[in-house]
Amino acid sequence: MDEDLKIQLGKQGVFTTTLEEVYNWGRKSSVWPLTFGLACCAIEMIATTMARYDLARFGAEVFRPSPRQADLIIVSGTVTKKMAPQVVRLYNQMPEPKYVIAMGACAISGGPFRDGYNVLKGIDRYIPVDVHIPGCPPRPEALIYGFMELQKRIVEQELTGVRRPAHTVVAAPSEFNVPEFGEHGLEPPMNPTIAPRPQLVQINIPTSVQASPTPAEKTTTA
Amino acid sequence: MSVINIEEIKAVMEAAVPGAQMEVILNPSPSAQHSLLLPREHALELARFLRHDATLCFDYCSNATGVDWPDLETTEKIRTKTTVDGVDKEVEETRKTLRSGYLEAVYHLFSMEKKHGPLVVRMRTADRGANVTLPSLTPIWRGCEFQEREIFDLYGIVFTGHPDLRRLLMWEDFKDHPMRKDYVEPSEDDGTTLLAASAEGGTAV
Repeated sequence: MDEDLKIQLGKQGVFTTTLEEVYNWGRKSSVWPLTFGLACCAIEMIATTMARYDLARFGAEVFRPSPRQADLIIVSGTVTKKMAPQVVRLYNQMPEPKYVIAMGACAISGGPFRDGYNVLKGIDRYIPVDVHIPGCPPRPEALIYGFMELQKRIVEQELTGVRRPAHTVVAAPSEFNVPEFGEHGLEPPMNPTIAPRPQLVQINIPTSVQASPTPAEKTTTA
Repeated sequence: MSVINIEEIKAVMEAAVPGAQMEVILNPSPSAQHSLLLPREHALELARFLRHDATLCFDYCSNATGVDWPDLETTEKIRTKTTVDGVDKEVEETRKTLRSGYLEAVYHLFSMEKKHGPLVVRMRTADRGANVTLPSLTPIWRGCEFQEREIFDLYGIVFTGHPDLRRLLMWEDFKDHPMRKDYVEPSEDDGTTLLAASAEGGTAV
């Protein structure tokens, strides 16, 4: 709708808007996170909801004890390999539209435990993450900032057209593959459909042109 | 008995359990926390003695843990003086000794009643492959149950006589023992490690 016309009409006491705008405004102002914490990041998440930082100012104070009633899962803390299937299962049980915040270094990549035998190297291997918040753990301000970024995403979401949410597309997957406990680790180690990883491509440079190859020239990413 | 004399305890224990030969493992650090190596076949009897003896009375096991000792090859150079054709010569020889590896369980014992401790006792398996059984000390100190399960999980020591020997931390179908020195994590490359490898000039696998 034309902005000028909107202002003109507003001066006459007629308020105009779109269904999309009202709908998204309502959704972003009332996000219900899941009561779900994994490690020290969860303590910061709890602090964020309490009086000093007060996440309620942003409309996300109703932490729900059931995934069926939640539309945001804040993965706050270290996801162990033993816990990972349960996290994916919780995500699958949430109704659409749903969002994921990966809070802290561990949830993003495994963090300081990345080289351990028991820690998942980032929850985005199995579920799609909307906002990554770095930190170890991130301060409540950082979580609030990350939450505001998520609100921006919600407002920008289109309800129709090519960019409409995935859950309105019948063919799009509604559930994500729950990894299984294998003999040496989780099977499969990641879900490639979630976040396509960079592929290594070998480029053969003719030897006549090539003077002294540096390792960076030999291999490159596409 | 406030200060524990490990040699005294060793003598008392060897007298109490006939045929048991123990070894004192010295700790060269300033703490000088020496330990006793219990022979596998007499370990349960020795532990029972430690638990029930009126003066020792080690009624509490505060900690049980595992250690992996892989095969170790040590080289030492030995200088020998020989006389060849009337001339003194110093010949240097390298001697290699191979100590075959084993797994070890370490227990820290205290006495709540007598207020003394810790006494550190160890048990060693025959090797790191097929013969990895040790007697469980859970029947003596009930608190060892979960800790022995953890040792079984992470080091692969099989405790005979344990009431419920299952993996504690990893899942049931898991095959490896992650705390062993030769444990290799399965490759879970997601591209980021590949990028790091190529940036460092290494080969991407």
